[in-house]
Amino acid sequence: MTTDTAPHPTRRLMLQGAVSVALLGLGSLPYAPARAAANDKYPEEAFKLKNEADAIKVLYGRTAEPSDKVKLDAPEIAENGAVVPISVTTTLDKVTSISFFVAENPNALAASYRIPDGTIPGIANRLKMAKTSNVVAIVEADGKLYSATKEVKVTVGGCGG
Amino acid sequence: MASTIRVRATSNGDITEVQTLIQHPMDTGLVKDSKGELIPAHYIQELKFECNGKDVFVANWGTAVSKDPYVKFSFKGAKKGDDLKISWTDNKGGSDTTTAKIA
Repeated sequence: MTTDTAPHPTRRLMLQGAVSVALLGLGSLPYAPARAAANDKYPEEAFKLKNEADAIKVLYGRTAEPSDKVKLDAPEIAENGAVVPISVTTTLDKVTSISFFVAENPNALAASYRIPDGTIPGIANRLKMAKTSNVVAIVEADGKLYSATKEVKVTVGGCGG
Repeated sequence: MASTIRVRATSNGDITEVQTLIQHPMDTGLVKDSKGELIPAHYIQELKFECNGKDVFVANWGTAVSKDPYVKFSFKGAKKGDDLKISWTDNKGGSDTTTAKIA
């Protein structure tokens, strides 16, 4: 199934129909009762919150402690705030999810990843940053939360200065 | 079939490394176009990777993920030639799916 070509009107309707049916189906799947907030379906609420602490609370229901076992890799200075390469790795065991927060963005939560058994707890992605801000990575391991924070300076104007 | 999803999955013994690039505007809903009108939010919310009938990686994204998103991760338990199924859905009900062979 492709959705890339400019579709015929009825074809688009059919595709949209199929998607909403699929979404309805997802809603009724018998997910195991929330072992961790991030194991559930799309955390709409958490993505809407402006404040980093609130978003963490809604997503996970607890607070994180800083840990040197979480390694956050981000540039000191990002010349282009629209594309900031950020990655995280950890030596912690039993990692179930990893989330990224950009404190000064309009909505702090940027991305949240579910790490099933057998997947290595290391992620690289690219995020947008509205301005210079702390970037926080939260790792959920064995039911506890660990965090790493790094400040990334975003230069405005794109001249690298 | 030009998919919006470009994926490279390479097996290195026990570990499979997956790099994915998706074509998507990832509009935040906060940016104005040249006429001064807000461009409505349009972004991928969920991206899922399945291998051998099991979810190996699930991403929940907000608007702060860059345009044409890139993500890299690794997982265990797959071998060369296995199928990796990738699918995404966005906030407007759009979606795409592709299947890649692990090389």
